[in-house]
Amino acid sequence: MSAAPKHAPTMAKMSFADKIGPWLPMLLVPAIMVLGLASIPSMSSWLTLTVSGLAMGMMIFIMASGMTLVFGLMDVINFGHGVFISVGAFVGVSVLMVLASMTEAPSLVLNLLAVLLAIIAAAIATGGLGWAFEKVIVKPVYGAHLKQILVTMGGLIVVEQLIVVLWGPEEIYILRPQALQGAITFAGAALEKYRLVAVAVGLVLFLGMRYVLRSTKIGLIVRAGVENGEMVEALGYRLRLVFVGVFVAGSALAGLGGVMWGLYQEVITAHMGQQMMILIFIVVIIGGLGSVEGCFIGALLVGLLQNYIAFIEPKAALISNIALMVAILMWRPQGMIPVVKAK
Amino acid sequence: MIVKLLSGDTPRSKILGAILLMILVALALAPFLFPGIRSVDTAARICVFILLVASYDLMLGYGGIVSFAHTMFFGMGAYGVALASTHMGRGYDALIVGAVAGAVLAAVVAFLIGLFSLRVRAIFFAMITLAVASAVAVLVSQLSGLTGGEDGLNYQIPRELTPAFKFGGEVMGVKLNGKLLNYYLVFGGSLILFLVLLRIVNSPFGRVLQAIRENDFRAESVGYRVVNYRTAATCISAAVAALAGSLYAIWLRYVGPDTVLSFEIMVDILLMVVIGGMGTMYGAVIGATVLVVAQNYLQELMEVASNSVEGVPLLPQLLDADRWLLWLGILFILSVYFFPTGVVGRLRAGK
Repeated sequence: MSAAPKHAPTMAKMSFADKIGPWLPMLLVPAIMVLGLASIPSMSSWLTLTVSGLAMGMMIFIMASGMTLVFGLMDVINFGHGVFISVGAFVGVSVLMVLASMTEAPSLVLNLLAVLLAIIAAAIATGGLGWAFEKVIVKPVYGAHLKQILVTMGGLIVVEQLIVVLWGPEEIYILRPQALQGAITFAGAALEKYRLVAVAVGLVLFLGMRYVLRSTKIGLIVRAGVENGEMVEALGYRLRLVFVGVFVAGSALAGLGGVMWGLYQEVITAHMGQQMMILIFIVVIIGGLGSVEGCFIGALLVGLLQNYIAFIEPKAALISNIALMVAILMWRPQGMIPVVKAK
Repeated sequence: MIVKLLSGDTPRSKILGAILLMILVALALAPFLFPGIRSVDTAARICVFILLVASYDLMLGYGGIVSFAHTMFFGMGAYGVALASTHMGRGYDALIVGAVAGAVLAAVVAFLIGLFSLRVRAIFFAMITLAVASAVAVLVSQLSGLTGGEDGLNYQIPRELTPAFKFGGEVMGVKLNGKLLNYYLVFGGSLILFLVLLRIVNSPFGRVLQAIRENDFRAESVGYRVVNYRTAATCISAAVAALAGSLYAIWLRYVGPDTVLSFEIMVDILLMVVIGGMGTMYGAVIGATVLVVAQNYLQELMEVASNSVEGVPLLPQLLDADRWLLWLGILFILSVYFFPTGVVGRLRAGK
């Protein structure tokens, strides 16, 4: 009788592909920048396009982040998310119009203060609307995706029509505050001041959100809730309250993004949120539903790609986002950074 | 015979049966009962929308799949006929080629979208269709060389289908001309395709689809390939929607982004399905009829209401004729909450 073979477990070494796998999405953004640099002949136009792509991506991220978190936390898919963008833009622009004396003054401080006030007003308005939306529209249809999609779509239509009732059917044109108009020249490239501000605001918000999610107790609960809601509830946390909080915060962020987007486009319409929803869906899907980091990377990819393609081949820009989505879903059907569900 | 024609799926409620019969008779005799260009136009629109909404219901009500690309499929059929008629000249061959090409294209696109999204998660489908449909709508309005852009396309259809073609004199005061033939082409085409859809949802295939809607996990464990069934339902639905678009294009002799591709039409379809009743083909009949009639005549009523409350703050704006979508939206939300089975479900429950 021979002895049992010695127990000698070995750990297979991770292959290079395994090691790099989780980091690949992060590398995509620089990769696409390099690709852009390779295909755009002049360095200065590349710089301009990159900044505007990043600015656009940051704004999309601000608008999309709430939606992806709401989905991750409560499995609620909110097709009406776009309406918060429109409401935010209308409230913010109305505030800016009231503060015309501040926005027309050539002082950067006064201008930024006016924008800040507009953003705060928009965030409060959309946060409140989000709270009502959650109570009236979303709450009765928890757990039923089909009904959620239909009902939130209905909510989108109703609120959009209410915007028209309150502000009239015409689009509203708005000029950016005095100090944020025009561009600065850097390394031969014209960089619009407003875009730089947008990039800064987006970055601050992303880092802030990351900090809240990673380093605070409430963030811990939210992340745990995304992964395994039942367990968190069993530990005594009222996930419903957390969810309402996240919904309100997400709506407020969408409103904030709406103001920024409105100032970026310099025109706002009641339909703008609905139009943005398309980009937001693409971003949320390619990022991985429920993942904030994925959403951030997806937003930057969409923003950069759209700007590069619009420069290289304007006609193709229309379908570049769809192509990007198809490519990423072929590579990772659950999105770039799939959310781990312990269910 | 009639039961067989309806694939055994009778209305199962006397009131519902009476309403459906009334709609059928009214549509069948529309040119004689309601002479006049506008009312016949409304009747043709109702026929096309019944078919379109029924095909959407196959996906939403029977398959439990939400799609926002149904107008895209509808538009593919319409533009198929328009482009074929423009490039091949007027003729029946152009109509047939256009309709078939549109339907095939719609089915292929639906298959591709399904492949990407249904495999992973059914809710992906809703988002991806929304993105793809809006991209296509923008593309159609941009590629003005091919599609006529925002202006759309005007084209010729065979002479026998136009008012210029006259045969015989008058019956009940209605001139017998090609427009009449055209109406009956639309009516007949819609009726036949509707019966085909009824046949499909009452076949074993339809039953499996309903099982998947109720509990996809269980359906999978019983041994049905959920993805295949869902994808097949999507493709059939898309092809029928394209055919409805072809009929509409033949009727209008014009296609444009606003008439066949706009998001407003998608919203209309959703409203019709939900108000009529999801998961019953008859819901499509009722929903489409009520909504199209309401669209054409309710706006005038709101105009009157708006004028009568003039002077009261905000009320006139709320009742403005252009704000009818607001009220329909509220109705939509309420009906999803309180009557998820719609008018048909209510009537059947209260028999």
